[in-house]
Amino acid sequence: MIAFTPTNEQKMLIDAIHRYTENQLRKSAHDADEASEAPADVITKGWELGLLPGLIPDQYGGYSDGQAAITGALALEELAWGDVALAVNMWAPASFALAIMHSGTEEQKQTYLPAFCDVDRPLASAALIEPSVVFDPWRPKTSAVRQNGHIVLNGEKTYVPLANEAERIVVYATDSETGKVDGYIVEQGTVGLTIGERNKLMGFRAVPMYSLSLNDVSVPAEKRLGGDEGTDYRTILNRSRIALGALAVGVGRASLEYARDYARERVQFGAPIGTKQAIAFRLAEVAIEVDAARLMVWEAAWKADKGEPITQDTTILKQYIDKMAMFATDSGVQVLGGHGYIREHPVERWLRNARGFAALDGLALV
Amino acid sequence: MIDFTIPEKVKQQTQMAEMVATTIMRPTARKYDENEHDRPVEFIKFMWPVMADRQKSTLEKARRKAEQADTDEPENGNKKENIANLSMLFLIEQLAWGDVAQYLSLPSAGLGGFAIEAVATLDQKERFLSRYADSKAKPAWGAMAMTEPGAGSDTAAICTTATLDTETNEWVLNGEKIFCTSGKLSLDESNGLVVVWATIDRSAGRAGMKPFVVEAGTPGVKVTKQEHKHGIRASDTVAIVFENARIPYDNILGSPEVRDPEAAGTKGFKGAMKTFDLSRPVVAASAVGVARGALEVTKEKLADAGITIRYDAAPHELTAIQRDVIEMEGLLKASWLLTLRAGSMLDQGESNALESSMCKAKAGQASTQICQKCVEILGPMGYSREWLVEKLMRDSKIADLYEGTHEINLLIVARRILGYSSAELR
Repeated sequence: MIAFTPTNEQKMLIDAIHRYTENQLRKSAHDADEASEAPADVITKGWELGLLPGLIPDQYGGYSDGQAAITGALALEELAWGDVALAVNMWAPASFALAIMHSGTEEQKQTYLPAFCDVDRPLASAALIEPSVVFDPWRPKTSAVRQNGHIVLNGEKTYVPLANEAERIVVYATDSETGKVDGYIVEQGTVGLTIGERNKLMGFRAVPMYSLSLNDVSVPAEKRLGGDEGTDYRTILNRSRIALGALAVGVGRASLEYARDYARERVQFGAPIGTKQAIAFRLAEVAIEVDAARLMVWEAAWKADKGEPITQDTTILKQYIDKMAMFATDSGVQVLGGHGYIREHPVERWLRNARGFAALDGLALV
Repeated sequence: MIDFTIPEKVKQQTQMAEMVATTIMRPTARKYDENEHDRPVEFIKFMWPVMADRQKSTLEKARRKAEQADTDEPENGNKKENIANLSMLFLIEQLAWGDVAQYLSLPSAGLGGFAIEAVATLDQKERFLSRYADSKAKPAWGAMAMTEPGAGSDTAAICTTATLDTETNEWVLNGEKIFCTSGKLSLDESNGLVVVWATIDRSAGRAGMKPFVVEAGTPGVKVTKQEHKHGIRASDTVAIVFENARIPYDNILGSPEVRDPEAAGTKGFKGAMKTFDLSRPVVAASAVGVARGALEVTKEKLADAGITIRYDAAPHELTAIQRDVIEMEGLLKASWLLTLRAGSMLDQGESNALESSMCKAKAGQASTQICQKCVEILGPMGYSREWLVEKLMRDSKIADLYEGTHEINLLIVARRILGYSSAELR
């Protein structure tokens, strides 16, 4: 039955997150962006909301309702409404946990998942994106070669959140024999793994992301995500796009609301600028795009939860949300005029953040 | 719960509609486009019993509801899911995919029916809608007449008048209406009716505007012009002149009071404006159907030429056309989901004025853009009248114009999100 109302549990979750984003993320976002550093207590408080266990089944310590992708999308929209960079920072360990959940062997799930249902935030991450203008998320260049029961990884990765402090990272690489992409669990300190420079980015500044290089990094065969069967990479990449979509909707909605409130208050020519069609129509268009994008995210998430093939959906979705996020945030700056360009207002930061979605295909967070 | 499962009943209905679309509408679509004022008889003949049964069950539902209200019986746990509006949107999307111009000629009470359903008393529903519920009788059409030469989006400028003749207790209508869809079918070619918007007090502005039911055969009512249009040529679009047209007092829908507080509420102008809560999603659904048709043909023809859409290609490997197609698929999906949301809210009894304008604005524009792009992509063959895509482009444009232009719907969305009245945001 077609329905567009979150469950009561999901509504309560959204409310709880909203209180957090309003009181914590919104208040610290500007300074965190300026300093390229997140306040530790804000991140801790976010983790203490216990969102990730809500996506993990109870046999591994969580309490998932079976709608992990939808619930995850609702949560991420609300977090990104507060601040997408702080949200990704807080949530980054999920990129490891959820990869295990979606594609790990039973043993891998038993080993790794319970820690993510604890109060303390385990530091872990995932490495998928590579530093190349022709980066193809479906076919990463990082290679995996089988050698005497081990896997040897070689390549370059970038945009790896928390890589410097992560205890372990899922690294995605292409099997040199089969051409298949799998994830490999690589422990921090493994010989040949070098954490490089912190990425200097236009936006997403409050989340430390790093480049890393893999030079003959040797991983035991059982550390391949999904074991002998290998990794369901398609699911992970598709879900990453749902997550990015949800984050983009949050950013777009934030920008819309801010510009709307500004347009009601800013008086020029003797009247609030919101009473002019030139401004009002643009806001109406943004409102439509934000809602449309949200519905597309929900539909893709619903299909993901049902295990349906969604590559076509997420490809369409990815292109749509990239555009929507730019339109919404560019409109935010435009409605504020010159004031929108000044960093006292958040809209310019949201515009910088929104452009990031084009670069982040593969940041797997749902 | 957020859910996108299509109910089994709707799936079956869609299959039936697809059959009609494929076997009846598509094969005749070109013929009725080229012969503008001919009636799509094959489609009408097939759909009349279907539509009559639909009307019959709607009427029966209205009767039951009235009975329940009379006896004050509480609805005893009758929590059956209402999917009437969603189901209609799926039906219309599929029929519009077949041929939106023929779909507009559906034998039914049409937009007039929407207005009657929204505000009429049970007695009025019986009087006016029974003719659409008898599958054994001849097909009948209904229409709505709002637009005038001097009143398009500015409905408050309507100057067709309705004056009460107290001696005969009749309303006397004078004025001219234009762009009335299925007007000739309703008045000249069947025992139908037209819901006519007229003012009973020009000084009262909108509060003075009331809908009146004018039945076929009423003296003083004349269809004066059949329009020649850019697209949807199989659809009947006419001008109607009223010269001292007399109708019974009870043909007014809703309250006749101008300054009755009730009249300003659910029963008067605002109440009847609720017609748009459904008619806009309906237009959006038809726009989606047209665009889906164009996009499907385009993808098929491209595939025949060896061009398929690779959804798992790197962005830099996509050709411009592949990217265009993916973008169009996004526009289509966005439009359809917004449309379903508006319909679902209506089924749940929620107010959806914002959402219905959102889906109409989006779908009308997206459908136009998609169809124009499809003609472009298919090049010399897209522009050819041998294929249907050029027709779809002409047909699609209407969805951005009727039931409120794109701009009027944006205005409504803007007012709602900014919290402005129509006086504050003009």
